[in-house]
Amino acid sequence: MKLPKLSAPTLLLLPAIIVLAAVIVLPLLFSLYSSFTPFRLTKPESIWVFIGFRNYVSVLTNYEFWTAFGRTVVLLTIALNAEMFLGLGLAMLVNKATRGQRILRTLMMFPMMFSPVLVGFQFKFLFNDNIGFVNNALQSLGVTTSAIPWLIDGNLALFSIIVAEVWSSTSVFAILILAGLLAMPQEPVEAARVDGCTPWQTFRYVTWPYLMPFAFIAMTIRSLDVARAYDIVKIMTDGGPAKRTELLWTLVGRTAYSDARMGLANAMAYIAILLSILFTVYFFRKLAAARQQIGAEW
Amino acid sequence: MDHNSSHRLKRRGLKVLHLVGLFLAMLVICLPGLWIVLSSLRPTVEIMAKPPVWIPRDISLDAYRAMFGGAGQGGIPVWEYFRNSLIISITSTIIALIIGMAGGYAFARFKFKGKSGVFLGFMLTRAVPGIALSLPLFMIFARVGVIDTHFAMILIYVALNVPFTIWLIDGFFRQVPKDLAEAAQIDGCTRWQAFWQVEFPLAGPGIASAGIFAFLTSWNEYALASQITRSVNSKTLPVGLLDYTSEFTIDWRGMCALAVVMIIPALTLTFIIQKHLVSGLTFGAVKG
Repeated sequence: MKLPKLSAPTLLLLPAIIVLAAVIVLPLLFSLYSSFTPFRLTKPESIWVFIGFRNYVSVLTNYEFWTAFGRTVVLLTIALNAEMFLGLGLAMLVNKATRGQRILRTLMMFPMMFSPVLVGFQFKFLFNDNIGFVNNALQSLGVTTSAIPWLIDGNLALFSIIVAEVWSSTSVFAILILAGLLAMPQEPVEAARVDGCTPWQTFRYVTWPYLMPFAFIAMTIRSLDVARAYDIVKIMTDGGPAKRTELLWTLVGRTAYSDARMGLANAMAYIAILLSILFTVYFFRKLAAARQQIGAEW
Repeated sequence: MDHNSSHRLKRRGLKVLHLVGLFLAMLVICLPGLWIVLSSLRPTVEIMAKPPVWIPRDISLDAYRAMFGGAGQGGIPVWEYFRNSLIISITSTIIALIIGMAGGYAFARFKFKGKSGVFLGFMLTRAVPGIALSLPLFMIFARVGVIDTHFAMILIYVALNVPFTIWLIDGFFRQVPKDLAEAAQIDGCTRWQAFWQVEFPLAGPGIASAGIFAFLTSWNEYALASQITRSVNSKTLPVGLLDYTSEFTIDWRGMCALAVVMIIPALTLTFIIQKHLVSGLTFGAVKG
């Protein structure tokens, strides 16, 4: 028997395709199937019962699911926008610095090295109502006399989670935007100034369009692992208090492992996966468009 | 004259504002980490003290001694976790690098049908949330019987790292001019030789940083590890961190110490790659 002759790129890509198919695509197909069954870990034979779209119907009519879904979207929107603005600000601050840029850049990368679990734990510690740094500082400064229940009150807990998320991911934006600032030619900025642009106009119409692709790279990278907010939430509040910080991913985890309702959880997970994929495709498109625009202008 | 001095005042004001802003930003970035380090060195009484003790009186390495001193205080097998983390991260990084190099080279040097589609497809596999992926993997691995083994974790992390490794290595190979390899081939090298003797050394630092990035991803991953690992056989450090929390109490000092142990390798490695990492990620944007 003779193997069909494969072209060089196919051959080179084959290992990657095999691994990804075996570890990611096949399991996902399996979970797609099991999302149509009432599968429970405790009842293995239930995998063979086909119930059609019943899981999806019960997920989509579930109030708890939609609150978690909405909360996830709100959290991501707030966090990503905050990260973008703060990252931009931080990059500009560092770019303006006349001395010690190297060390500033290194410090700026600091949060990137923290695993999300560590970030979660660290902010759980800082926001602890009794011994946390934040409350201690506020009380020592006399801002408040009573302890603020950062992680115990639902809204404050969500706020704390956003702070943790923003802290950990702003540097991704800052670094990439700074890379853009450093690579940027100075002539257009000077020309704009000579032509009488205000600093704001210079930024808005000269600098920002230039930085766009860099911001989109950062967005794309972030969209690849938005779900790591799961780790942070899991550690900080575990969806509590009273499910006030439950996100899509913690809900999936709880349904699957605590309630052992795998079929239902897989249906939920599929909705989460679709969300992630839409997000990523959207930013890849944007990235490609921004790239082309820059290419055309140069 | 008056106009001049007011202008100067304004500029000086802006400069001070800039410095203050920079200082505050860096403070926010660094403070949480420093606080963890400090807390790991203080006795529990001092961490718990009310009113808070701001200036540490009693600094010691007791927490680290207890942690590495075997099953002493709390009995958390940090050495085993550390070993598991190292074995899993290093092995998966090496495999991901080999696969990533093949794939990255294909994307950088060949034209083929559906190239951008394949690339996007690879990236999408990375976008699947870990917790969602953990459900089918858990079911399959439980059936095959590889739950709680190094093998399972290595396999998962290879798949997790391949897409991003390809992205980075693709960028680095593109920075190496095509002509060099062609010149080498004209001089009598085979394509294989040209790759190893010309292109590989030039893209080397970039590939190394892609490797470090993959290592860090595996080192830090939690969502999947927390479901697939069960015992000291394969538990990694991020999962082990949770051993310090029990139902009602948390051993803050021990947790802080373990956090420091986790962060030190990550810190060192990131410092080494920072320069290459950014250039690898942004390359596509600048040159198209």
